[in-house]
Amino acid sequence: MALVLNEEQVMLKDSAAGFLREKATVAHLRALRDSNSEHGFSPAVWKEMAQMGWAGIAIAEAYGGLGYGYTGLGLILEQAGRNLSASPLQATVLVAATVIGELGSPQQKETLLASIAAGESLVSLALQEGSHHAPLNCAMTAQPDGDDFVLNGSKVLVQDASSADTFIVVARSSGAIGDEQGLTAFLVDAGTEGLAVERRMLVDSREASLLVLSNVRVAAANVLGAPGAAWPALGRALDIANIGLAAELLGLSTEAFERTVAYLKERKQFGRVIGSFQGLQHRAAELFAELELARSIVLQALHAIDDGQQDVSLLASAAKAKLCEVAQRATNEAIQMHGGIGMTDEHEIGFFIKRARVAQHTYGDYNYHLDRFAQLSGF
Amino acid sequence: MSDLEAFRQHTRDWLEENCPPSMRTPVKGFEDFYNGGRKPEIHHPDQKLWCDRMAARGWTVPHWPKEYGGGGLNKEEVKILHQEMARIGARRALDSFGISMLGPALLHFGSEAQKLEHLPKIVRGEIRWCQGYSEPNAGSDLASLATRAEDKGDHYLINGQKIWTSYADKADWIFCLVRTDNSGSKHEGISFVLFDMDQPGVTVRPIKLISGNSPFCETFFDNAIADKKNLVGEEGNGWTIAKYLLTHEREMISGFGAAAKKSVGQQAVENLGTDASGRLANSVLRQTIAQYQLDTMVFGATMARVGDEAKAGQGLGAASSIFKYYGTELNKRRNELNLAACGERALGWEGEAYNDGVLSRDWLRSKGNSIEGGTSEVQLNIIAKRVLGLPDA
Repeated sequence: MALVLNEEQVMLKDSAAGFLREKATVAHLRALRDSNSEHGFSPAVWKEMAQMGWAGIAIAEAYGGLGYGYTGLGLILEQAGRNLSASPLQATVLVAATVIGELGSPQQKETLLASIAAGESLVSLALQEGSHHAPLNCAMTAQPDGDDFVLNGSKVLVQDASSADTFIVVARSSGAIGDEQGLTAFLVDAGTEGLAVERRMLVDSREASLLVLSNVRVAAANVLGAPGAAWPALGRALDIANIGLAAELLGLSTEAFERTVAYLKERKQFGRVIGSFQGLQHRAAELFAELELARSIVLQALHAIDDGQQDVSLLASAAKAKLCEVAQRATNEAIQMHGGIGMTDEHEIGFFIKRARVAQHTYGDYNYHLDRFAQLSGF
Repeated sequence: MSDLEAFRQHTRDWLEENCPPSMRTPVKGFEDFYNGGRKPEIHHPDQKLWCDRMAARGWTVPHWPKEYGGGGLNKEEVKILHQEMARIGARRALDSFGISMLGPALLHFGSEAQKLEHLPKIVRGEIRWCQGYSEPNAGSDLASLATRAEDKGDHYLINGQKIWTSYADKADWIFCLVRTDNSGSKHEGISFVLFDMDQPGVTVRPIKLISGNSPFCETFFDNAIADKKNLVGEEGNGWTIAKYLLTHEREMISGFGAAAKKSVGQQAVENLGTDASGRLANSVLRQTIAQYQLDTMVFGATMARVGDEAKAGQGLGAASSIFKYYGTELNKRRNELNLAACGERALGWEGEAYNDGVLSRDWLRSKGNSIEGGTSEVQLNIIAKRVLGLPDA
């Protein structure tokens, strides 16, 4: 597939940009934060997104989606990154639907994906346990008991946990910490006995909570895929999730950069606009080059998913590592170049650096993915 | 069979028949390519044979129109030709500044007579060209060039000095920026002329670089003569052509590092080994190499994207400036990492043990990549001003 957008994709991108610029901006995020909103996003705006088909944008038409592929979803996520739009696009559409698509039986896909695509269901993946993304180090236990499994342990960074009706909980039904074998993904209803959500808001004003499971009983029918065999399909889903996060970070970094360049043209010191200083010009120009490069790897990675290429893992780690690096640089430079006003809560630029670090961390940061990139490259 | 499939079959058969086995081996380095000219450097007797056979079909420059000696192939056919050449490991038959730089400028700005006169000789490798741009006091600030061209009716009389003239000692003709008018701004009054280097008024002196090689020369003009019919474009309009050509040059320089075979990471593993987890034994070097290889992959994706955008009729305005800046910086990083990954083996200067010092000489040569064709700093100025719209100081 050529590394350009087709007409349909350009239209999708434009309509997403238009909608989010109006309905889910940084100002809206600030209002959600300051009102201590229950969901961390606006259910009304989410309903509109779902009506436009965004909830099923990457889901196949056979399962009730629009079938625009991950390139289509990536375009929307990029615009969500530009506007810092809070919504279930990440937790449910990008991550949970992908895990179900990669791991679920045809029947599970038929029911679950259709209800996600219709905007009726919010699902969230509960994976991480420690301070860092390390999926094989899963220690939550899933003890077989008759036809059921009994789950014990806790999970952090569970996005939109207070709004989700279903969780995909990854637990170990056999094997030792570090093993691929023995990981099982369970569908757990939010109301299940023994499951508790400790609501946590992160620095980006979005919910990513603690989930505690104490003797939670899950029927074998609610195992996603086969018991003990969630990996490597889960790994594939995580690759896709990271590419989606890279798309969001691309939008976020581009917006932070453009706002910064606009500020350089407006702020005056020493009798002239600060953008005329070569010390700042070269840093801005370098960042521009980095952003152009970042855009290419995100597009290539999105296409690789939709084309079913073999090297998605390598591209996923490349895209995520690169976008972590660029987002970090773009947001740090944004604060520095805005000077004192960039340090104030009143100014919007601070929201970008906060969301960037959470998105960077989610499912593996720069260090994780650069290490993995090197491993996959054979050294 | 479709036309393209038939073309592929025909091309495959012809290459099989006509490409000498010695020309199906990789070139040793950049300087091992055949450049043609009146006094060609022959590293292997088959180089000229291979060039002549390809040139007879116009396939040394397959995308140029047939009336100027080119192959007249469309994009798809050119792609097939390259694929079929790659299939048998065939070398490019001819590599020259005539093909990569002067040709595109003549096709764009030259008169019909100039195209008919000069392009076929480039295709056949008969005339080797060099570029007369930089001067001792006009490097990054190229438009300050002072080489004078005096109007003598049917010809110009040229006086002045050029520097960093690539392979001037091996070239037959020069395309040269000269000043025909001093009255306006520095960008005005520059003209683009072509003339024969084989005349009494031209003196060439090679410059020995830190790499020990001499790819560049100083070139002196003392009443050198350029025929008026070899003025390209209007008199005083040379800067437009120069900018157009610099774009081609920047794309070429940014691609210098692209031909690498074994990854730096693999070379490092061969020299330093791995730990129990399979990771390169030195974790500090591993991280630096990983960053480099990541950026190389991302840069490759960008070249592909810009190529696809150009095909789709879109385009990235400052692409060539990004490429020049980023590509050359990447190439310098690669060469530094070669040294770090190969250690003593990369420090040799000559002899078989060190493969004639290719690693160390390439490393030293790469330092010039971010200077020639517009320094990295000039590229950043261009991006800041033309793309980002930041004001002058």
